[in-house]
Amino acid sequence: MNIEAIRNKHKLLMQYDYEKKNLHRGYTGKTLYINLSKNMVKEKDVTEEMKDKFIGGKGFGLKYLWDAVTPETKWHSPENEIIISSGPIGGITQYPGAGKSLVVTLSPLTDMPIDSNVGGYFGPYLKFSGWDALEIQGKAENDVIVFIDGNKGVVTIEEAPLEAVDAHVLTEQLTEMYGLDDEDKKHISVISAGTAAENSLIGILNFSFHDVRRNVSRLKQAGRGGIGTVFRDKKIKAIVISYRGITGDLNQPADLGKIQKAGLRLHKEMACLDKEQNEMRMVGTCNIIDVMADYDLLPVHNFKFGTHPDAKNISTKVFRNKYFTQGIPDGCWYGCSMACAKAVDQFEIKTGPYRGQVVTVDGPEYENAAGLGANCGIFDPEIIIELNFYCDTYGIDTISFGTMTAFIMECFENGIIDEKVTDGMELKFGNGLAALELIHKISKGEGFGKIAGQGTKKMKALFVKNYGADESFLNDIGMEQKGLEYSEYVSKESLAQQGGYGLTNKGPQHDEAWLIFMDMVNNQIPTFEDKAEALHYFPMFRTWFGLMGLCKLPWNDVTPADNSQTDEPAKVPGHVQNYVEIFEGVTGKKIDKDELIRQSERVYNFQRVFNIRMGKGLRTHDQVPYRSVGPVTEEEYLSRQERYDKQLKELLGLDPKDYETKEKVQRMRTYRTDQYEQLIDAVYARRGWTHNGIPSKEKLEELGMDLPEVIAVVEKAMLDLK
Amino acid sequence: MKKIEKDNSKCIACRLCEQACNEENFSGTDKKVIMIKEEQQQNEIYVCNQCGECISVCPVEAIYRDSEGVVRIEESKCVACLMCVGFCPENAMFYNERELVPYKCISCGACVAVCPTEAIEMRV
Repeated sequence: MNIEAIRNKHKLLMQYDYEKKNLHRGYTGKTLYINLSKNMVKEKDVTEEMKDKFIGGKGFGLKYLWDAVTPETKWHSPENEIIISSGPIGGITQYPGAGKSLVVTLSPLTDMPIDSNVGGYFGPYLKFSGWDALEIQGKAENDVIVFIDGNKGVVTIEEAPLEAVDAHVLTEQLTEMYGLDDEDKKHISVISAGTAAENSLIGILNFSFHDVRRNVSRLKQAGRGGIGTVFRDKKIKAIVISYRGITGDLNQPADLGKIQKAGLRLHKEMACLDKEQNEMRMVGTCNIIDVMADYDLLPVHNFKFGTHPDAKNISTKVFRNKYFTQGIPDGCWYGCSMACAKAVDQFEIKTGPYRGQVVTVDGPEYENAAGLGANCGIFDPEIIIELNFYCDTYGIDTISFGTMTAFIMECFENGIIDEKVTDGMELKFGNGLAALELIHKISKGEGFGKIAGQGTKKMKALFVKNYGADESFLNDIGMEQKGLEYSEYVSKESLAQQGGYGLTNKGPQHDEAWLIFMDMVNNQIPTFEDKAEALHYFPMFRTWFGLMGLCKLPWNDVTPADNSQTDEPAKVPGHVQNYVEIFEGVTGKKIDKDELIRQSERVYNFQRVFNIRMGKGLRTHDQVPYRSVGPVTEEEYLSRQERYDKQLKELLGLDPKDYETKEKVQRMRTYRTDQYEQLIDAVYARRGWTHNGIPSKEKLEELGMDLPEVIAVVEKAMLDLK
Repeated sequence: MKKIEKDNSKCIACRLCEQACNEENFSGTDKKVIMIKEEQQQNEIYVCNQCGECISVCPVEAIYRDSEGVVRIEESKCVACLMCVGFCPENAMFYNERELVPYKCISCGACVAVCPTEAIEMRV
């Protein structure tokens, strides 16, 4: 369709002209608030207290969301908000991974705050346009586009009836519509969801950046927790921003030289060491597929197993040599020499509404190869790439889709559901075409697609209620916790990683802690206290990226040549020091590596209390499905019998010969479950939380987070538990 | 391709090249785009050989090869990420903390003209 014809159908609902604030040391000091129910726009001041306690990024998102909602607010309540904020470091161009946006809302999957970290140009452009955060509340009557012109200082809300909904089409339309010409397209960034986002609870947001070499709009995803579902429920079709005039000092940093030096250290490591370390520039996160399969950590058949003979068909080498276009600086923001945003170009779609189209697919990343592939028993790279494409353009989370489809497949193979339930789809492990059919149904909200799109937690309840499924079995094999699907690592042999998933704020996503190698492979954290220390330090350290507008990957996906000779190689001390220096370089505020952790602790504990305020966030919510802890079935036990028998002998003092497999499964379960409980005790103690997982008043006071509204929630929770 | 070739073994570190480069291209500043590092065994000359590695790492296509084969920076496009500096195999992309945009040798030949030992020569 002609772009002019689409634009001509726009109806201006409101226009807000603003005077752009000058950035100073990473902040503009202003937040843009938009209420779609009232077509109202206003500016809010960002106070010094906000900066000190919440820093930026997801800290700002959580603070604004707290102020906007009550314990009764649901994800689809008008007062629920979507907040997008980068953080003080976000937008610098000299250090890799510095263009992230953090998105916060009440999740339709978990009914509490979710935060998601996403690349693309929007976050930096928002800040350069004068805003530390964008806060959207209310619901529009009809589909709207919010447009921010960061140079002119204009915000508009426009009804936009004719644009596509699916992300790859919509983003191209809007990039062309708002860009002056091809050269100008890099100055536009679009946020969109997709048709499946409005028909499921696992919707994502796609943040775009225009790839000048491919001349195509690329999409990066705020994937976890159903944010795209909230976006479409608010009838937002897209948020578009334009900003022209990118230079390297728009953050007005306190000390540019400090940032340049730190950035150059990392650029040189990428130039010299990446090829021998992780090959991030060549294959992105897909570099770990083979490693995971080799260490029995690649989820196969709904996390039953950790490897598969056909894993070689989706190996790192396959994606590197056959699919990923090489030699392009694939950063999702300027200055990212890690360049992991790989893409498959000239890919012809074989199914669904876009059959025959030749497209650029973003990814696959490791999570997609593992979740859409191995976990569903699918080892055909082209099916994985096509599923990846459709997840993105339909606007759903590849991780949730992969994990819940694996769950569906196990239910199907166990006869819990059949073809009558699935509208004739034979959803067995390995049936890639059925997985594609399922995703097309989810996008339309049709039949079993509507059911699947509710996510694993709701499907479990439905299968019990409607099909008489064994509830305890489904709770064992349904890989969700707090309502969120697990990301794609087998944690059975790493107690620390069981906690790394289970003791998270938002649900089982590995962005808080990935401890499998420290724990299982290198045995660096053998005691409960060691594991608890790791489950304190790493979640806090990694939270910091989300406060600053940073990506986690440049922290440890390349390491300095001398890293292994340092005191604590797992922390990558050289890079921690880089972060201390770029924070100082941008903000002018002196910190050290300990204060860095305290900055995170303030927000982390605030988020935990926020969860409690929403009726979650207690010990009972930190329980995990047993599939993440040990072998649920005899089949699983027998598949790794030697390992488990050895453990029974060495850890429990039992002679495996004396027991039937069924009893061995049970003995192992009792032992492992108890280990997890002991882990929780140790971690809560280290984090300064009570036995029930409530941050203690003393801890909150120590952190300076003893805000009256926070203390009130904590006191009430303690009283309720008595 | 117009480029400077170097022979480190001939360099006596007289630094006339640095001085000539500065005077020809960056008068009134301390900038230069050829640099000599004095070493015990053999001095080292850092100067661009126009290999173009920087062209391929630049995220905004601000670096290009001109009609004579010389690699140049279109300053208005540069976003100051310094990836070109970090990835230069010759350590011959330069920057300073007072400016955003890096700078490099444009094969003007001023340094070649003053080198007394033919440690650097212009190849066309």
